[in-house]
Amino acid sequence: MSHNLLSTSLAGLKLRNPTALASGIMGYTAESLQRVVDGGAGAVVTKSVGAAPRMGYANPTIVQANCGLVNAMGLPNPGIDEFVEEIAHAKTILQAPLIVSVFGYSAEEYAVVAKKAAAAGADALELNVSCPHVKQTGSEIGQNPRILAEVVAKVKEAVQVPVIVKLSPNVTDIAETAKTAVKAGADALTAINTVKAMAIDVDTALPVLSNTRGGLSGPAIKPIALRCVYDLYEAVETPIIGCGGITTWQDTVEFLLAGATAVQVGTAVALENPNVFHAINRGVTAYLKKKGYGSVKEIIGIAHRT
Amino acid sequence: MHTALNTIRTTPILSVKTESPTVKTYTLKDKLCAKAKPGQFLMLWIPGVDEIPLSVMDAENDRVSVSVKAVGDATRHLHSMKPGETVGVRGPFGNCFTEASGKILMVGGGTGTAPLLFLARRLAAKAQRLSFVVGAKTKTELLFLNELNAVCTEQSVITTTEDGTYGLQCLVTEPLGKLLAETRFDMVYACGPELMVSKIFNLTEQHGIPFEASLERLMRCGIGLCGSCVIGKYRVCRDGPVFNAAQLSEVKSELGISKLGFDGARIPV
Repeated sequence: MSHNLLSTSLAGLKLRNPTALASGIMGYTAESLQRVVDGGAGAVVTKSVGAAPRMGYANPTIVQANCGLVNAMGLPNPGIDEFVEEIAHAKTILQAPLIVSVFGYSAEEYAVVAKKAAAAGADALELNVSCPHVKQTGSEIGQNPRILAEVVAKVKEAVQVPVIVKLSPNVTDIAETAKTAVKAGADALTAINTVKAMAIDVDTALPVLSNTRGGLSGPAIKPIALRCVYDLYEAVETPIIGCGGITTWQDTVEFLLAGATAVQVGTAVALENPNVFHAINRGVTAYLKKKGYGSVKEIIGIAHRT
Repeated sequence: MHTALNTIRTTPILSVKTESPTVKTYTLKDKLCAKAKPGQFLMLWIPGVDEIPLSVMDAENDRVSVSVKAVGDATRHLHSMKPGETVGVRGPFGNCFTEASGKILMVGGGTGTAPLLFLARRLAAKAQRLSFVVGAKTKTELLFLNELNAVCTEQSVITTTEDGTYGLQCLVTEPLGKLLAETRFDMVYACGPELMVSKIFNLTEQHGIPFEASLERLMRCGIGLCGSCVIGKYRVCRDGPVFNAAQLSEVKSELGISKLGFDGARIPV
């Protein structure tokens, strides 16, 4: 009953509920991903994986801020040739769609990694064109419309599965970036990645992160992410996945009302625990019942006034 | 998790004690970490160098102590630091050992002895018997012998060295078969290299004795976010670092066998 209320679809993916694990959180192993599905997530997104292994940055890689975390992990990943085994293993145990996050240093590289991930069993791909702290990839791709379009188009040519583009808030107008991605073939958009940020220790007068600059996540960025989703809903027809500081069912409902079809939860998995998805789903179900809705799909975008 | 725990606090090193040619104990002033329970860890920021997880070795009043072996760039840099110099801490993080009573056996390998010494001091008063097997590669690397002898039941500290320069010449796991056959322990605690933990877990399982071990894996965030320290479905930093026999039996396919490297690839332990 309650599952029927929450079940939804996104770019052809069937979801038992509109929540998903955000990329970068616990996403190395099939068992970690399963833990999050057991915690109630309707889908999971892996760590971003590239063509070659990356060690990531030295610690400190996270630092606590008021109402959020600043992180610069540096895209640590084992490389797609190693990770295909984890994808295949995950597919044998996961009861929810597996979305593999992909990054590269060129359109060709994105396409090669995406193709291998899809061949290994990924149900969808999410293109990381928005990581704010690794040079020559991530947001450096997403902030350049010409390269962004090339990346999305090349990946679309290479795979049959849905392609989601994760957008950076660190642009003048996120709606313009979104239109570029959609025009190039994006099947869905995730908004937003972290907000470029840093922290300085006053005692030692040093930046805390080893990489100096990182990305802010958590409740601090929720209003920014919400506004981005609201803007995107008016700019494009493509389904939107809200992401940024979502912790509670109220946050989730806000994003759905703003126009998100689904949400991703990241920082809250650490600040709360992996069962945060169950808590969100219970709350959203109660809200839908109380308001007399028959499906979570009915509330998408209704905060918009025309 | 309370965000106050995760907020980095800079604090001066109060004292440095040399425990062995490669191990030093650092005492810091930090009110939050001073409330740590045996088994918990903290993240120590060496400004401009690195941030590393360390098991708490002692905590009282407003002070916390950690024992650090010089093994890499970060720990070697820390070994060059002196009282008065500034470090940062966040934590304490993770769970703690359950405090058993009755007949207790602890097995410590290398700096894994540090959190067990902290636990032994807490349990000594109510334990009927407190035995300790402590091992190292060589005599000069045996840690906390005086402290352990002071806190354990009379003549119940067994020492092992791999080169035979002190105590029994064997691995720290060697005397356990006999000990476990002779005495029905109510709880066995272990901390040290994962292969050691794995061996002891198998022995206690054969004897049907309750067992808890503190695990160490590559750790980055310390708060259950990054996934670097996972074993099976568990995050060592958040769900551990202390795991009981039931949990360890769920992760047998990885315990003492494989872990994640800095790039997230599965590598041998």
